[in-house]
Amino acid sequence: MSTRLAQGGRLIDRSKAMEFTFNGKRMTGYAGDTLAAALLGAGQTLVGRSFKYHRPRGILASGSEEPNALVHLGEGARFEPDQRVTTTELFDGLTCTSQNHWPSLEFDVGAINNKFSRFLTAGFYYKTFMFPRVAWEKLFEPIVRQSAGLGQVPKERDADRYEHFYAHVDVLVVGGGVAGLAAARSAASTGAKVLLIEQTNHWGGRAVVDGGEIDGMPVEGWVNKAVEELENMANVTIRTRIMGAGVYDHGYATGYERVADHTPGDGRPRHRLWRIRAKQIVTATGAIERPLSFAGNDIPGVMLAGALRDYIVNWGVSAGDRVVVVTNNDDAYRTALAVKAAGLNVPMILDARAEAGGPLADAAREAGIRVEAGKGIAKVHGGKKVTGVSVCAQAGEGASLEEIKCDAVAMSGGWSPVVHLWSHCGGKLIWDVEQAHFRPDPDRAPTSHDGAAFVVTAGSATGALSLADVMADAHAAGKVAGKAAGGKTSSKAAPEVAPETMQPIEPVWVMPQGAGPDKRMKMWLDFQNDVKVSDVQLAAREGYESVEHTKRYTTLGMANDQGKLSNINGLAILSDALSQEIPATGTTTFRPPYNPISFGAIAGEARGELFQPVRQTPMHAWHAEAGAYFEPVGHWYRPYCYPKSGETHEQAVNREVLNTRENLGLLDASTLGKLVVKGPDAGKFLDMMYTNMMSNLAVGKCRYGLMCSENGFLSDDGVVARIDEDTWLCHTTSGGADRIHAWMEDWLQCEWWDWNVYVANVTEQLAQVAVVGPNARKVLEKLNDQAGGGMDLSAEALPFMQWRDGKIGNFDARAYRISFSGELSYEIAVPASQGRAFWDALLDAGGEFGVMPYGTECLHIMRAEKGFIMIGDETDGTVIPQDLGLNWAISKKKEDFMGKRAQSRSHMTDPDRWKLVGLETLDGSVIPDGAYAVGEGVNANGQKNVIGRVTSTYYSPTLKKGIAMGLVKHGPDRMGEVIGFPTVDGSNTVVKAKIVSPVFYDPEGEKQNV
Amino acid sequence: MLTLQCPYCGVMADETELHAEGEAHIKRFGPGSSDEDFETYLFERKNPKGVHFERWRHTGGCGKFFHAARSTMTLEVYGTYPAQTLEPPKELIDAIKAKHPDWEGYK
Ligand SMILES: [Zn+2]
Repeated sequence: MSTRLAQGGRLIDRSKAMEFTFNGKRMTGYAGDTLAAALLGAGQTLVGRSFKYHRPRGILASGSEEPNALVHLGEGARFEPDQRVTTTELFDGLTCTSQNHWPSLEFDVGAINNKFSRFLTAGFYYKTFMFPRVAWEKLFEPIVRQSAGLGQVPKERDADRYEHFYAHVDVLVVGGGVAGLAAARSAASTGAKVLLIEQTNHWGGRAVVDGGEIDGMPVEGWVNKAVEELENMANVTIRTRIMGAGVYDHGYATGYERVADHTPGDGRPRHRLWRIRAKQIVTATGAIERPLSFAGNDIPGVMLAGALRDYIVNWGVSAGDRVVVVTNNDDAYRTALAVKAAGLNVPMILDARAEAGGPLADAAREAGIRVEAGKGIAKVHGGKKVTGVSVCAQAGEGASLEEIKCDAVAMSGGWSPVVHLWSHCGGKLIWDVEQAHFRPDPDRAPTSHDGAAFVVTAGSATGALSLADVMADAHAAGKVAGKAAGGKTSSKAAPEVAPETMQPIEPVWVMPQGAGPDKRMKMWLDFQNDVKVSDVQLAAREGYESVEHTKRYTTLGMANDQGKLSNINGLAILSDALSQEIPATGTTTFRPPYNPISFGAIAGEARGELFQPVRQTPMHAWHAEAGAYFEPVGHWYRPYCYPKSGETHEQAVNREVLNTRENLGLLDASTLGKLVVKGPDAGKFLDMMYTNMMSNLAVGKCRYGLMCSENGFLSDDGVVARIDEDTWLCHTTSGGADRIHAWMEDWLQCEWWDWNVYVANVTEQLAQVAVVGPNARKVLEKLNDQAGGGMDLSAEALPFMQWRDGKIGNFDARAYRISFSGELSYEIAVPASQGRAFWDALLDAGGEFGVMPYGTECLHIMRAEKGFIMIGDETDGTVIPQDLGLNWAISKKKEDFMGKRAQSRSHMTDPDRWKLVGLETLDGSVIPDGAYAVGEGVNANGQKNVIGRVTSTYYSPTLKKGIAMGLVKHGPDRMGEVIGFPTVDGSNTVVKAKIVSPVFYDPEGEKQNV
Repeated sequence: MLTLQCPYCGVMADETELHAEGEAHIKRFGPGSSDEDFETYLFERKNPKGVHFERWRHTGGCGKFFHAARSTMTLEVYGTYPAQTLEPPKELIDAIKAKHPDWEGYK
């Protein structure tokens, strides 16, 4: 059983005890503990269950490669599933629960899947879908349901906040081990601006645990000195708790800072996403130890040798009293020595290599540890914890030579450089036969905008495994990066480390090498997803030769650790099964982020009110005070209606329509796009932009215009006013101003760059109010009477479809006699700064005329009553103006305009195109929005043929019945015919509607023209 | 995330302040053109593995459209140049050819 040792633990402060709970059980750890160290220290070796078979799972690693120990962390609004205990810092009051078990961790019903494991082999999901449906429903689904899912989903809204942070540096160094520190020092010595980030909360990485000397000092002393040196350099920033998450194009990198995970609720943002642009990136990301594949390697108590050593040295925690060490390389001997130094027992070191020599093996023997060469583990004994191992010859089939009692096993299958960040942006790997790992190929580095390499690896991330090699490599890497980022040549000397002798690794992918099927079924590759050696071999037999296919078929490497721990083992097994070399199999693709990062960090501040920018008109505050119900239109917030107390939105809208038609309505139309197009060639240019002629519009007059894409489809509409000889003002839809502005700029900059035209978007410079209804003129004239404004607003002085500049009351106004409602209407633009005062003045003066503001829904209904189209309702990117009966707005005289050529294509002139009509239900009801009309016969899929669809549908308070517009095949030729719109609400009814003119109200246009 | 230097304002712009605008140097066909030419103009676009000429707009900066020559494979940017031209500058073509002797050239 694991326990806290009486002494040791370089990272913990034994004077600061911290209380936490696991599955409700109170436990105690120390400041400086990870949750993993605290759990082991408290004797908790069983921490979870595996995904598929619900096998008991213990802590296997000490870093982010941990596959097993994931917990539900926190409660309520700070609850989060799948939190890795090895990378979770302990804090006082922490609460966590284990995952993936029912009803309890100790007794788990789902473990029955273990008994079915014979049926749950590789490709289980694929295969079951090929069985009859009944087998899935009755047999497999209940089993799969039982085992599906890992952590639980949070139920409350996240209580924390998150932020983004931008950094621009010459050199980014990822990893604060001795390699990262050395690289940062040498990069900084070139004068480059350096940012060094480390994912844990302490510097020095593994080397401090492993021992040795740098520059004549113990590693820890050198680390402290290097950190102090870097902290005092003006061109260097060093930060802990930031993980290098991803490397992207052209030197972009992301860092994931866990600001307040260990101090929840202290007011700071929980995570901070660093968005870094670096000229050069040094990845000093270290290496990850691989497990060995022997039967029972997943039983709690079996641990990576390096991790077991970390727990002793860093946290004063032992994984067990009797630790069997099994290895194929020298490094695990350090673990044996550390266990021994802690006063615990190492019954045996099983070295799979034929010989066990070299200084470390000698040291182990000197320490009195029994070293057995050419031996391995035939089987680990135990269920929820290790009780012993059977020793066998590595060369054989696994016959037991000796039984050894132990409560922990430390295994090492060798070390794989962390190549993820190198690979994210295209860095290639080579298989190093001598060291039995993939390492970055320095000749095929990721390249930047200039075609030059921008990532360089340092230390064990390069494949350097001895301290001497690590320091030499890292020092050189930092200089290379600093120089490439524009620094000067540096003569700073490399840290001095005495070289050491090591006995080479011997690859061991299966232990023992001749293990039969029963053993291979118990050799875990992916501990979380329950992928075993036998599964990968089965996939190969079934024809899955590509590593990417095998990954998806077996789910190898698809767990939270994304294959960090043991993908290489899986690749080796696959290569062996396919009788090919490991490089021929290759690796799966490394994708960012390196470890999962929170969605909160990705979203940053863009949440709630800050999700996206909100545009408000100068009158917005009035609308809000008046209790307006808002709707988003593009980035604008526009009043949908102004409900009075006790009114529903529908009632409010109907009231607004009737009042505007009978008395006086005010619409805040400030959101309408307003583009000034000016210059000697402006008329010629607008003739290209609009389907109708704008160059011949007289100064002082307005014209409704249509804009199409080059595909011929209607894209925007609005009223254009000729301001003077070379100036036009073009109104666009509220959501379209920026898009149309960009569209105009595109043609002016890229096609007709010799035309003298300038476009300015003045949308926000002006507040605009539509003064609408029979009393519109009266209220404006009253303003003039009150304050002596000079603008003559009579029908004679300002006729329909004209505009005038002048004073209305005290306001600098431009009045357009245009109408989107069919009523007498003035749209009046004033400088934005006068907008609110103008609005207030109109409401003030309008009291006697029955003034009421109206919102966008009233606007929509009134335009539909008049048969005016709305971009986005009648158009959807596939509709041409001819479909909408707008031929009158398409010039026949002009040789060219946007969309003209396209509108002559055969499909565009097809007489069968659906065309705009009005629709009037026989019973006065409102047709459901988007309803389709069906005709005779069925299509190839046996569905009824459709002959039209509804584009706008409303209850008209003016006409007291439902009205609609729609596109119908041969519609204009079928006036008076009745067509049916089946409902989809389950009532199985058909709404019958008569085809009529789309102009329901005042077809002669008398009301607007008074 | 790409960086491109805006040839107008000189800023080394991050992709977040740029907007991709499709293939560069498309010849417009209008009324009177053949169906084939018009179809090419509207719909047919190159999709090379390697050197490509694109339009970009410095939307979050000076607002100008410009052209960029870039490798779709390595994302190397060979150069950016103003939009007021019908084809890439000769110096740029020469520079790309020098780097990629096998390149079929700009057509
Ligand atoms: Zn620019």
